[in-house]
Parts: sequence; C-alpha cells; structure tokens
Amino acid sequence: MPDFLIYALVAGLGLALVAGPLGSFVVWRRMAYFGDTLSHSALLGIAMGMLLDINLTIAVTAGCVLLAVLLVVMQNRQWLASDTLLGILAHSTLSLGLVVLALTDNVRVDLMAYLFGDLLAISTADLGWMLGGVAVVLVLLALLWRRLLAVTVHEELARVEGQPVTAIQMALMLLIAIVIAVAMKIVGVLLITSLLIIPPAAAQRHARTPEQMALGASVLGCLAVLGGLSMSWNLDTPAGPSIVVCAAALFMLVLAVPRRA
Amino acid sequence: MSDALLTLESVSLRLHGNAILDQVNLRVEPGEIVTLIGPNGAGKTSLVRIVLGLLKADSGTVTRKSRLRIGYMPQKLQVDATLPLTVLRFLMLAPRVKRPAAVEALEEVGAGHLAQRPLQQVSGGELQRILLARALLRKPHLLVLDEPVQGVDVNGQIELYELITRLRDRYGCGVLMVSHDLHLVMSTTNTVVCLNRHVCCSGRPEQVSLDPAFVALFGEQASALAVYNHHHDHDHDLHGEVVETPAGHQHGPNCKHA
Repeated sequence: MPDFLIYALVAGLGLALVAGPLGSFVVWRRMAYFGDTLSHSALLGIAMGMLLDINLTIAVTAGCVLLAVLLVVMQNRQWLASDTLLGILAHSTLSLGLVVLALTDNVRVDLMAYLFGDLLAISTADLGWMLGGVAVVLVLLALLWRRLLAVTVHEELARVEGQPVTAIQMALMLLIAIVIAVAMKIVGVLLITSLLIIPPAAAQRHARTPEQMALGASVLGCLAVLGGLSMSWNLDTPAGPSIVVCAAALFMLVLAVPRRA
Repeated sequence: MSDALLTLESVSLRLHGNAILDQVNLRVEPGEIVTLIGPNGAGKTSLVRIVLGLLKADSGTVTRKSRLRIGYMPQKLQVDATLPLTVLRFLMLAPRVKRPAAVEALEEVGAGHLAQRPLQQVSGGELQRILLARALLRKPHLLVLDEPVQGVDVNGQIELYELITRLRDRYGCGVLMVSHDLHLVMSTTNTVVCLNRHVCCSGRPEQVSLDPAFVALFGEQASALAVYNHHHDHDHDLHGEVVETPAGHQHGPNCKHA
C-alpha cells in the first residue's frame, strides 16, 4: 500500500474516532448549525494563516475559537435569533475567506482541496498535527465526559450543583474547533459537520447509554472512512465526499435494522 | 444573630427597564417550609434564581448561611430525545454521586421502579419525583423547588406535598417552594409569602388567607378555598389565571412598601 494511502487511512480513522463522541454532543445539544458555521469560518482561518505565514492547523483552530467566543457573546445580547446570527456569520466568514485568498496573489491555493478535502495529499507533518489534535480531544473528552453530560442535560441544575458551566461550554467549543481543523484536510470545510452528525444520528437508534451512542458513532465513522477511501481508490472519486456518501449509506442501513424491543 | 439558612433584605431587580422585584424581604429557617405564591409575572421565578445565585439582584443583600448546600428542583427538564439516558444515570450526573446513593434517593421518593427507564419516557409526576431525588442527593440544607407539582394531577399533588413534608421532617432541611396552587399548599406550608413584585403579605397560612392583600390578589373565593384543606372540585380554575381587582392593588397590614 502506498504511503499516502496509509496516511489517509490513519488520519481518517483518527478523525472518525473523536468525531463519534464529540458529534454526539453536537446532536444532543442541537449544535449542528453551530458546527456548520464554525467550519465555514475555517476558510477564513486558512486565509489568515497564509497571510501571517503560520501553521494552518493552528490558524484554523484559533480562528474557530475566536468565532465561537464571538458567537456566544452575540447570542447573549439576544438582539437576533440564534439561527439568523449563525447564518450571517457562516456565509460572511466563508465569503471573506474566499475574497482574502483571491487577493493574496503570492500564494496559489487549490480551493477545492479546502472546500471538499484532499485526504490523499496529506504530508507527514500534516499527519503529526492531526494525530496530536485527535489525542488532545480524546483526553479532554475523557476528563470532561461526565461534566459535559451534566451541563447538556440541565445547565442551571449543573450550575447550582457547583459545576463551572461556562468553562465546560468553552471547552466543548475548543474541542469542536480542534476537530474542525483536523477534519478540514480530510473532508473539507463544507462537509465537516456531516462527520459530526451522521454517525451519531445512526448510532442513536440502537444505543441505550450515552457511551454506547458515542462508541457506536466512532465505529460507524471508521467504517465510513474505510468504505469511502476504498471507493475513492477504486472508482477514482474524491475522497471526502466518498466518505460522506458512505456515512449516509450506513445511516440508511441502520434505519432499516429494526430497533430492539 | 439568627440561624436562618437564607435571608434576603430589600432585594430589587429590574430587567429590560421593568421592575421585576421591589424591596423583597425573605427568610428561610432550618426545618421551615416557605411557599411563594403569586400570579404569573409576579417575579417568583426571578426570586428563586436570585436565591440560587443564578441571577444577581440590582440592590439589596442576599445572605446564605456559610457552606449552605442547596438542592434545586427545576421547573422543567427537557432532554433531547436523542440522548439515551436512564433515570439512574441522570441521578448519577450530580457531582460525586455513586450508584448506591442514586438508588437510595430514588427509593426515598418512591420511584425505585423507574431506575432503568429512559428519562424521556416518564410521566410528569414521575419526573417531579426524579428531580426531587436529584435535589436530595446533594444532602441539602435548603431545598429550592420551583413549581414542584406542575403538570401533576390532584392526587399526585397531594402525595408530592406529603413527600416534601416527610423529607423535611427526616432531613430537617428548610424548603423554599414556588406554587401557583392555593389551597393544597396551604395545608403543608409553615409560612406563605404572597408575591406580586413586592411582598404583599406573608405569615402563617391561616393569617395570610384572611389578609386583605391576599384576598385582593386572588379574589374573595381564594380565601375561602385556602382554609379548607381537602377541597377538591375547583383545582384548575385558578391554576395560572388570577384575576386582579379592578381597583388595583390593595395594601395589607404587612405590606412592605410605601
């Protein structure tokens, strides 16, 4: 097997592993549109990273975190409905990213690679950053798991019980930002949310505990990565969209399996 | 100094330019059940949020006994249908709670049979008991219950109030609860505080139900209801809809404002 395929597999499986549990929170907390907005803004992070000549993974993570904080501050002002606000930020940051990239004439950028992923062009350094990001997310998720659940179930109750609710919510956003930075190379900014949402939505049907749902989502995500990559290899289809197609197919398959009584 | 669990002095709150609470005084002693009643929009929930520290008063002082542990039972709980969570796991989300303690708390409120049930599949009355169990897990000095009998039928309401009284007797904790309900609550509470942005009147239930301010707020009929402890055929007429007298607010002898 060629090196680039091994890199692609490792990166894809690593992403699927963390996207399962993290995506479960996105589903439970109804943050799908929020995730979408953050991932759209990733392109602005890329543009900024190139302008300032810093590591793109870090630029994207930092950009997402900044946007997440901005979103929370604006939501607390409550002068616009959340979905309106998200819509404004999603599309204006995406467009701003595209415009800035177009104006930066000393760099040639393969835009399609960022919009839809370019899994087969991952370098050793890329892989290192991705696996580092995956490890950070896994450790933080394990440490915060119970608290994240408590805050998800009832925010005020958790606050009265002495949980540092704001810090926990910020941590969740940081985790989502890291995963977006990791996933960008793999499925592209336009498709990231699908990996956060489709596997947990499929796993939910047969799960009896939050952990079963999270693990089930990881397993389904890994299957989608394996399926998508072999599809891409054999049929010469783009890797990112192939993975998403496989995830969607798995979702339909799971729907067809009758629920346990 | 008194050993009150909680003392609020001249607490005022404005939200978006509207006065929500005006110079409110409130005390809860250990072992005492204090019930806040008042029409919709009277500021009951805001007052509870101030007590819990979720909201900051604009003026006035809130004194909690040092190291006061509060057990809070929220008005409602909406958990997304996609989150597979059993009742027992829900209880174990409270900090430092292990399985045996969660099982015991569930038994205590008479909901032991629900342990393995998905949280989204319990009835309104069952959910209230589960929330009460979660509040008890804190081993609270003060139980704060926001509309504990909401969405529960009349018999269920009587049982819940009895349960709350029993828990108070057993743990000696103070109880602060919010209620819409007039007469059922009167038989279980020690002190009634009638709130309509300010404290209209407060005292023992028998006194309050005859207080002109109470009568003005809830109508003549209410004071008649209030003293009959087990009068059952008129429950839902007053639930949530309270008629104010056209003459406006009538000041009672305990009225704490000008």
